[in-house]
Order: sequence, then structure tokens, then C-alpha cells
Amino acid sequence: MHSQRNLVWFSVAVLLSAVLAFSGCSRKDQAENTADGALIIKIGQVSPLTGPQAHLGRDNDNGARLAIDEANVRGVTLGGQKVKFVLLSEDDQADPKTATIVAQKLVDAQVKGVIGHLNSGTSIPASKIYYDAGIPQISPSATAIKYTDQGFKTAFRTMTNDRQQGRVLGEFLVKKMGGKRVAIIDDRTAYGQGLADEVEKAVKASGGELVAREYTSDKVMDFSAILTSIKGKNPDVVFFGGMDPQGAPMAKQMQSLGLKAKFLGGDGLQTPEFLKLAGAAAEGATASSPGLPIDGMPGGKAFRDKFTAKYGVIQNYAPYVYDAVTAMITAMEKAGSAEPAKYLAELPNIHFTGVTGEIGFDAKGDVLGGAITLYRVKAGKWEVMETVVSGTPLKK
Amino acid sequence: MDIFLQQIVNGLVLGSIYALIALGYTMVYGILELINFAHGEVTMVGGMVCIAILQVLLPAGSVPVVVAIALGVGGAMLVCMLLGLAIERVAYRPLRRAPRLTALITAIGVSIVLQNSAMLIWGKQYVSFPEVIEIQRYEFGGAHITNLQITIVLLALLLMIALLMLVYRTRLGRAMRATAQSPDLAALMGVNPNSVIAATFIIGAALAAVAGIMVSAYYGLAHYYMGFLLGLKAFSAAVLGGIGNVAGAMLGGILLGIVESLGAGYIGPLTGGFLGSNYQDVFAFFVLILVLVFRPSGLLGERVGERA
Amino acid sequence: MTTVWRRRWHQLKNDRRAALAAFMVMGIVLALLPFVTGELLGRSWVRIIDFALLYIMLALGLNIVVGYAGLLDLGYIAFYAVGAYLYALLASPHFGLHWPVWAILPMGAMVAAGFGVLLGAPTLKLRGDYLAIVTLGFGEIVRIFLTNLNAPVNITNGPQGVSLIDPISIGGFSLGETHSLLGVTLPSTYTYYYLFLVLTLAIVFISIRLQDSRIGRAWVAIREDEVAAAAMGINTRNVKLLAFAMGASFAGVSGGLFAGFQGFISPESFTLFESVIVLCMIVLGGMGNIAGVVLGALLITVFPEALRYLGELQQLLFGRVLVDPNDLRLLVFGLALVVVMIFRPAGLLPSVRRRREFSADESVLTQEQASLYDARR
Repeated sequence: MHSQRNLVWFSVAVLLSAVLAFSGCSRKDQAENTADGALIIKIGQVSPLTGPQAHLGRDNDNGARLAIDEANVRGVTLGGQKVKFVLLSEDDQADPKTATIVAQKLVDAQVKGVIGHLNSGTSIPASKIYYDAGIPQISPSATAIKYTDQGFKTAFRTMTNDRQQGRVLGEFLVKKMGGKRVAIIDDRTAYGQGLADEVEKAVKASGGELVAREYTSDKVMDFSAILTSIKGKNPDVVFFGGMDPQGAPMAKQMQSLGLKAKFLGGDGLQTPEFLKLAGAAAEGATASSPGLPIDGMPGGKAFRDKFTAKYGVIQNYAPYVYDAVTAMITAMEKAGSAEPAKYLAELPNIHFTGVTGEIGFDAKGDVLGGAITLYRVKAGKWEVMETVVSGTPLKK
Repeated sequence: MDIFLQQIVNGLVLGSIYALIALGYTMVYGILELINFAHGEVTMVGGMVCIAILQVLLPAGSVPVVVAIALGVGGAMLVCMLLGLAIERVAYRPLRRAPRLTALITAIGVSIVLQNSAMLIWGKQYVSFPEVIEIQRYEFGGAHITNLQITIVLLALLLMIALLMLVYRTRLGRAMRATAQSPDLAALMGVNPNSVIAATFIIGAALAAVAGIMVSAYYGLAHYYMGFLLGLKAFSAAVLGGIGNVAGAMLGGILLGIVESLGAGYIGPLTGGFLGSNYQDVFAFFVLILVLVFRPSGLLGERVGERA
Repeated sequence: MTTVWRRRWHQLKNDRRAALAAFMVMGIVLALLPFVTGELLGRSWVRIIDFALLYIMLALGLNIVVGYAGLLDLGYIAFYAVGAYLYALLASPHFGLHWPVWAILPMGAMVAAGFGVLLGAPTLKLRGDYLAIVTLGFGEIVRIFLTNLNAPVNITNGPQGVSLIDPISIGGFSLGETHSLLGVTLPSTYTYYYLFLVLTLAIVFISIRLQDSRIGRAWVAIREDEVAAAAMGINTRNVKLLAFAMGASFAGVSGGLFAGFQGFISPESFTLFESVIVLCMIVLGGMGNIAGVVLGALLITVFPEALRYLGELQQLLFGRVLVDPNDLRLLVFGLALVVVMIFRPAGLLPSVRRRREFSADESVLTQEQASLYDARR
């Protein structure tokens, strides 16, 4: 008796949820052409638009919008047909599972290319979905090595990866910061741990001594325990692989604990947020950022003026997003078509000077000529210290 | 060896904060047998409101810093007390007679509502606490301690003593203890359980507000998500000490803070490098489980028989 | 007037033929669901349905622990993680092993069950709320170990997670590829749907049988009054451990499927929040009632996705988006929890026993008595 009643309720339940699902029906009249006969090309953009990294995610979104708007104003013609680009932005909340769902959504929406995602932890699972669908994906900010190590022909990035960044950081730490005794902390995320591991390798290769390796998480605010433990080992430099919301209180606590080591971080730290949150404790901190400083970039100043006029202060990755979109459109123009199968073949062949520098991709999809710039906080602002291009320091 | 003292100091500060929050959990549990999951979020609201008030008052320059701080603290406490009262009235009172699980789920729901409301109000960015307090560093025995840390520990101690006096020396306290033992009998004795419960929530919320302000001031920032982890740790502290027991919550809080600090610092050497500070949360939970296995009611909890 | 309808409804519920008809309708709906959804809403919705099925399996597992046996488990997602990681480690380039799914899934169930016993053993004497915090701690411990077991020996690959996991393949038929059957294209999300559906139905069946079995009644007994149950001769220790083990095994199977489906897992997917979500599914839907649990799981999985369309609604009404629907997602979820708990605490589809607990509604009792009389005729 129970089971029969349950069955009836079960079918009611299924119908109910079906109704609920269908109630969210979106309008399916997706126009193929605009009023003046231009073909609509959809490009996807994925980044965390909500959550603790929303400020970076929106930055990416704005960078893409700027590029798309400019392309539309410029008027792009592919194979004799006028086209208009439309940006489909999705929020992956920096969560791998959500990332796969929105990736599928974009594939279903028949986007011709994807700019994203922002984090390595989301770009990697999503890349499989784009690869299966044959849709090129250019990430402006994912730095984990695995992203291009997977061997997916559709995965590219305009950002230097962790291997390159870690190597530069490690060398700089030992040779330029006088770091003989080094302590390394990471936040146990895919990004933080990957970068920290590379830095550790580079430090050891340059002759530095690792005196402490500590760990925290990306949700914690209290580091006094591990910092105290580190203090007991007397390091010269403390390196943190993680993001600015943790780096800032870490810098503060270092100060209040009397830990007199220099503080070094990766690109997750090199943000205006870090300055704001750490206040006076930020003074003297050093961080790297892949690519060139915005003023040192070939198109940096112009880009900054354009961007700030429309969207405000650049958070971090907007120039790379801009270049990623430009790369995609350039490849489409070269192939004379926006069809993924056609312009994918052209992506490895393009070479131009973008906002951030020389844009071209190697066999794996990594950006060529990766430059890393090191910044130090002086008088409450990030100042450029030096730029390293493919292992050779440039004169400032 | 000098870092040992520093770790103790760190743990003491952390533990004081845990203890303050744990008090709210334990008082509510003692009377209602309900884990007030939303308590962690009330702490967060305390910190956020104080920062908001300070941000409004300070830039003007016309308000002296001390007054601004007083207003900030007072305002935050007031808001939190009202919030605590509202939560009790709206979400928990209708479920007084409901099974424990139902009330627990509601508490989780309230916690989610508060967290996300805070996100909508204050945004998803980290908010920095205005730098109004001049940090002075002192050193003794190789350990560094700041005036802020001393303030936190002393203030927490003061509040805990005040609460103990309230619970054991006043009429309200007696009413609270009576209601905790048996609401119906207390009602027969002339105690209004509703008023007592309301008072419990208000006091707990006030303490949470202070704790929230301390946390934001100490770390220099506040965030809509910070209540969750704090609440979890504080609740573990309350259970460690024996939930329902006020002194137990204090002991549990301080103990947990110190255990965490020492754990993070010494796991490596203790396990010969096999485990590092990445396991510090595990350490804390492990200790908790160990205590509960051998003393199921917590350290200071009464030996209660299996109630059906 | 209502009593007439009630009696008719009651007669309908007991009518064999009506039940068969409903059964067939449901069968057809379920068989065609991916195609209908795929056409109307897009393939990503089929993916969402696939996740929903995984969650249903999880919820049914937790239903055994919390719903039947009354043991509040806040660390349930740890078993899901164990199943997922086992599959990932045995079927990916990480260790270079590529075991077939029919070997890994049963192993996953057993290993997860083992962890269930591991969790249950020290907690047998603990009171309800203490049990909650200990299980929470256990869930966190498992997650932290998964995040950190990449040094000195790399077992789980740490926060990077394990990627390039083999998709599930049955007898050479890989579910990760698009296939064409009798002229109909079956994308991989569709084939996974059918696999998950079959396994979900199997778990539903097991749950139904457990409910009315001796073990099921033993669980109810210890849930309601453990002392009395022990007095009646029930071995409370074994019964409790069995509850943990069975619930964990469902999660283990579901976890393995998840790993094969998504192709990539990392410790981020197995947080405390996920445990809470699964708990809310069964409480919202109706604890102890299988149909209720399924409904709860479906609603909670599908609802947030449908909410995304709230943005379009705002666009329609106000010309612009005032509040990002994503920001509202969790808020509405929390509100829904509170509201449902206050007004319908037994859940949306309560089991009969719970409904009796919560309402002093006489009609329910008379209904039960009426059915007894009907059966005699």
C-alpha cells in the first residue's frame, strides 16, 4: 500500500519539477542577424561575477566588453559578410562544478569562442567541455600549468603561466632580495599551491634555503600561529602563494608579531585591493604580475585611459582579456570565418602587438615571450621594480 | 622555545574571541536545546555595522575618535540585540515544540538569509576596518603583543565575569537557570519563559556584537562570509566545554584557541614532518572528538542520561 | 464535501489499475525527459538533470541515516568524496590505472561503507547534537586530508584535484561520446541520464524495501526511543552502524558516478556546505518519505538554475537588472527553508508518521482506520 501511494506521489513529484523547470523557459527566438544584415557572432565570457573574487570577475567582463564594443564600432567583415559581436557573460562563481554547467550552457548557445575562465580551478574542467565541442578557449588569467598541459588544441592563454612566474619569483627572491632563508606559505588552492611549488623549486635551484613551508586556507583570516612558527625559523623572506584578501591580513599580522622578513607574493597579491586592505602594513611588500606594468605596456596608457573612462579602476586582468578577444577576432579575420573549425587552425599562427605585449601562442597554447614584472609598495602605491622577459631582466 | 610563549599569546587572543561567541551558543542551547546556527552571522553583522558607523562618522573629522568608537560599538550592539530578538521571535518561537531537527534546519536557513542579506547590503568585497587604533607593540619573554590584543583579552575576561555574575547572582540569572532546567516548572514558579528566552538571545547577541567588532578590529577587515567559520569554531568550543554550561563555554573557547595555535605551530615537529600546518583544523577537530569520546558531555558538562 | 473527495482520492490511491497507469505515464515521461528538455531548454538543462539524479541518490542515502535511523549526520558529503576519489584514482592518468566501472563502483560502495562504520563506531554513545558536530568534524577531516595528501606521497594530488578521469564506459560503449542510435543522436549527457536513472531507480527500490523490512523497523525504533528499542532486544550498536554503512554506500556509488561524469574532481566540491544542502533536501522534501526526499532533491537542484531567469524577468519589468539573480539565489533558498520549516515542518511530502507527529489532525487517523476497514473487505 505504501509503495503504491509512493509511486503516485513520485509521478506527481516528477511532473511538478518538470513544470517548475519549464516555467523557467527562456525565449527561444534568438536572432541570427541584426537589422542591417550583419551576422551575429556570440562570444562567451566566464568569470566569477559573484563571491569574493567578483571584483576581478567583473574586471574581466568589462575588458571583454571594451574589446567587443570597439570591434563592433570598427566594423569587422569575415569572408565578405559583415558581423556583429555579442558577448554572453556567465558567472562560474569560481566553482568547478558551476564552471562545467555554464560551459555546457555556452556550448549549447553556440558561441564561437570563449574568453575565460578566470581561475585555473575552473578553466581546467571547463576546457574539456570546450575541447569536446571544438570551441577555442582563451583564458586571460588562468596560470596553472595543467591548463595547457592537458594537450587540448582548443586551450590557449594570454597570461604567463605559473612555471614561468614561479621561476622568476624564486630567482628574484634569492638574487635580488637577498633571500637566503626562505619561508613559503600557500593557501591550498590550485593556484596558490601551484605557484608556491614552482617558487620552492626555483628558490632551491638558485641556492636559497627553505626554512619553513606552511599552509593555510583561502577562507581563514588568522595566520598568527603559522607566522609565529615561521618567525622561530628566522627567515629573510616570506613568500605567500594566494590572493589579496588573505595576503593583506597576513602582512598586518607579520608586522604585529614583529616578523621582520620581507613579504613577497604572486599576481594574486598585486592588486589595489591589497593596498586598501593592508593599509600601512603593505609598505615594502613585493609582488609579481605576469606581463608588463600598465605603463610599460605598448598599448598600456591608451588602454588605461579608455578603460577607466568607461569602467573605473583596472583591477588586474582587463588588459589580458582585451588581448584575448583581439587574438580571437584577429584569427577569425585571418581565417575569414568565425566558425571554430576554421579559425582554430589560425590561432597558433597569429602574431601581433597587443596591449600587454607580443601576442602569439606556442604549440601548447601558452603565450609567447612571457614577461613578468615585479612591483614593490612604496608610499602606499605599487611601483615597478623590474621586468623580466623570458628570463632576462629588462632595464626599467 | 620563545615562540611557545608567542603561540600561547596568539591562542589566548583567538580563544577569548571564540569564548565570547561560544557564550551565546551555550546560553541558547541551555534553554532551548537549539543550536543557533545564525549566531555566527550575528557576530559578522556586529563587525559590519560598527565599520559602517565608523566609516560615516570618521571622515567628517568633526567627531572625536573616542566618541566615534563608542557610537560604533554601541550602535553595533544595539543592532545585533534587535536582530537576535527578531530571529527568536520570527524563526524560533513558532518551533518551540517542534523536533530538534526542524529547529536546526531553520537555524541554518536563518544563517543563510543573514549571510546573503549582508552580501546584498555591504557587497562582496572585504571591508577594511578604519585605522583608528594606534597599535603599540610590547615585548616580553620573546613574545610580541599589541595593545589591541591586550584589550581584547581583558575585555573578554571582563564580559565573561560579568555574565557569570549575571547568571549566578541576579534574579534574571536565576530565572534563566530555572528555565534551562525546566521551562514548565519555571513558569509555575512565576517566571515568564518568553521574557527569559528573549533576554537570553539579547545578551548572547550583544556579546556576539562585541566579538564581531573585536575580530574586525584585530584583523583589520570584515566580510559577509566571516561569521560562518567563526561560528563553527565557537560552537565546537562550546561543545568542548560542555554545551549548556556557561563556564564551560569560556573554558572551551580559550582551550580551543590555544589548541589551534599550538597545533598549527607544532604539528610539524610532533609528527616528524609528515603533517604540517595544513592539518591545523584537523588537529582541532581531532581533539574535540577525542574529548567527546571519553567525556561525551564535554569537559564541564553534566552527566546527562540518555533522554528519549 | 471534502470527505467525498478524500474518499475518492483514497480509493484511487489503492486502485491497482490507476497505479499501473500512473506507473506507465511516469515511465514514458522519464524515458523521454532528456529529449524534451534538450529541445525546449537546451542541453545544459539535461546536465542539470543528471546532477539532480546524483543528488537524489545522495539524498536517499542520507535519508537512511537521518530519516530512518534519526542520526544527524552533518559530514555526509565525505562519503561522496571517498567514492569520487576512489573512482578518480583508479580510472585516470594519475596512477595510470584504468579499471572498468563495474569493478570500481561496488568497491566504492564498500569503501564508503567502511568509512561509514569508521565514523559510526566512536559516536555510538553521543547525544544527537554532539553527534552532529562530530560528524561535521569528520566531514571536514576527510576534506582536509584530500586537500593535503599530495606530500610526501602524492595520493590525491592535493588542491589541484584529479583531472582527465575516464568517462564511464559500459562494455566498450563510452558514455563520454555522442552516439547515434536508430537515427537518434544521443549526446553524452543523455546517455549518462539513462545510466543515472537506472541506478537511481535501483536505489529507490532498495530504500522502499528497507523501509518495510525488519532493519527498517529497527531503525525507526531506535530513532523514536533508543532505550525502549534496546529493551525490545534490538542490537542498537549494529543497527546504527548498519545505518551509517548503508547510507554511506549510496553516497559512495553516487560519488563514483560523479567523478566519471564530470571528468575532474577537486576537494572544493566536497565542502560542509554540500552536506548541509543534502540535509536540507531531505528535510524540505519530507524526511523518511522517499517521494518527499526525491522531490526535495529535485527542487533544490533545479530551483537555483530556474532562478537565473529572474534576471530576464527584471529586464522585462524594469528595463534593467536591479539585483543580480545570482545574489538572490542563496537568499531565497534560506528564506524557503525558514518558511517551510515554520509552516510545514514535516516537509513538503511528509511520511505518514511525521504528519501524525506534527498535526493533531483527526482526519489522518480516521483515514488510516478507514483503510484498515477497506482492506478487510
